[in-house]
Amino acid sequence: MSERELRIRGVTRTFPGQGRAGPTLALQPTDVTVAPGEFVAILGPSGCGKSTLLRIVAGLDRPTDGSVTLNARPVTGPGPDRGMVFQSYTLFPWLTVEQNIRFGLRERGLPEAQQQEIAARFIARTGLRGFENHWPRQLSGGMQQRTALARALANDPEILLLDEPFGALDHQTRELMQELLLEIWEADRKTVLFVTHDIDEAVFLANRVLVMSARPGRIKAELPIPLPYPREWTVKTTPEFGRLKAQLMAEIREEVRKAAVA
Amino acid sequence: MRLHLPRLAMEPLKPIPAGVRAVLGASFFALFVVGWGLCTWSGLVPPLFLASPDRTLAAGWALLTEFGFLGDIAITIWRVVGGFLIAALLGVPLGLLMGAFKPVEAFFEPFFSFARYLPASAFIPLLILWAGVGEAQKLAVIFIGSFFQLVIMVTVIAGSTRLDLVEAAYTLGSRRLSILRRVVIPAAAPQIAETLRLVLGWAWTYVIVAELIGATSGIGHMIMDSQRLLDTGQMIFGIVVIGLIGLVTDVLFKALNRRLFPWATL
Ligand SMILES: Nc1ncnc2c1ncn2[C@@H]1O[C@H](COP(=O)(O)OP(=O)(O)O)[C@@H](O)[C@H]1O
Ligand SMILES: [Mg+2]
Repeated sequence: MSERELRIRGVTRTFPGQGRAGPTLALQPTDVTVAPGEFVAILGPSGCGKSTLLRIVAGLDRPTDGSVTLNARPVTGPGPDRGMVFQSYTLFPWLTVEQNIRFGLRERGLPEAQQQEIAARFIARTGLRGFENHWPRQLSGGMQQRTALARALANDPEILLLDEPFGALDHQTRELMQELLLEIWEADRKTVLFVTHDIDEAVFLANRVLVMSARPGRIKAELPIPLPYPREWTVKTTPEFGRLKAQLMAEIREEVRKAAVA
Repeated sequence: MRLHLPRLAMEPLKPIPAGVRAVLGASFFALFVVGWGLCTWSGLVPPLFLASPDRTLAAGWALLTEFGFLGDIAITIWRVVGGFLIAALLGVPLGLLMGAFKPVEAFFEPFFSFARYLPASAFIPLLILWAGVGEAQKLAVIFIGSFFQLVIMVTVIAGSTRLDLVEAAYTLGSRRLSILRRVVIPAAAPQIAETLRLVLGWAWTYVIVAELIGATSGIGHMIMDSQRLLDTGQMIFGIVVIGLIGLVTDVLFKALNRRLFPWATL
């Protein structure tokens, strides 16, 4: 078995109770392996522990039990080898688009010229040309997430962790962003762990979809998505897409119902 | 017949054009001076208690041309700026450290929260004992009045740095100190600048109090001297000068903040 992979082993997370509320079990023992170059989507109803799992992989949260290793190195804290894009807009408001994208490069102490060159490349790839000197507040939500994606990619991480990055966008913008992300992934084949509650999004993007149960979350099903790449948006109208979607819908409906009454 | 007056239909929270705003603001100033004039010129209030606007201006002219009032103004500005800078240079870094690092906050915060309520003016007699009526005493009054407030406010500002931005920086490779340097400080900077503007305003009141109680120069000292001479014109002129300097520094400070932090005012 290859050492170069993301390995999540027996990870659980219990949040201690506050005041009279008892502790919350957010994540049941979870095992996930992501091979290099894979695009894995984690699909689950809201509140099932998707963000918790991703934050543990990012090193922003610690598991109560279990371990995470990336390329055989244990994850003990956040680091630039795991780039992250959050659902909330997390661009630094005091930096321009270009400066935001250069943030990680500057932290690494790359020479100015190299920073500029890399930033320019990702500005072009994410369709941000002409917006280099805008402040984040001047951008639409879609443009902000493009910048966040460019900022994470510019750092050249081993794996990209995406936590419902398009969740706050309107439907049309979201579909555009999915195509953009897919295009980038098809070109680079960078490992991606993508969290979403949107079935279409998961099927359209991923090689493999992991379905999480309602809280306390665990991986309850796994579905490979054998649709060939490069994928166009038209794939969404094929019978194969519909079949995969129906399969996931059956899995998830039950969980959503459980989550709703919980 | 219809009157074509600009209608001042007041709807709650509805903004008004900049021109209208300026005219309204200026007219209250004018109204105030007219009211002041009516009270004094009509003899309703005797000059012993309140000088008329024209006598105030005349007294001011005399102050400036004959009594070296410009020197008093300069020394007062010097004191304000000096005390304010000392408070800011020590208070802002300490507040940032307290906001960013909870053990530092836990160590200083209780004492500072107590100290901020110690009235600076009540220290003046004590400070005169310690430092005489020289410059050190004036700076100390301003420092005591500004420093603790400033530290506590900067602590709150730095402590409310958005956690998601801090986390984003960590995932981009930031380490502890660069989180402080490249996230906490830039995020807090506009609000800190705004706080400094407020504190500078307070520093003006402290310096005048200090000069009223024990000084041989400065605007406050001039006002005290004028009281002995029962010259209400000079006293009012002194007060107006303080107000004007305060207004001008405030406007300049605001403009500077807008220039320094264009992203914060979008
Ligand atoms: N810091 C926290 N403290 C306490 N409970 C938390 C915390 N973070 C998440 N939870 C709880 O854990 C569960 C899973 O949350 P989360 O991982 O954010 O779900 P998802 O991302 O799938 O919507 C939720 O019930 C949530 O309330
Ligand atoms: Mg979430």
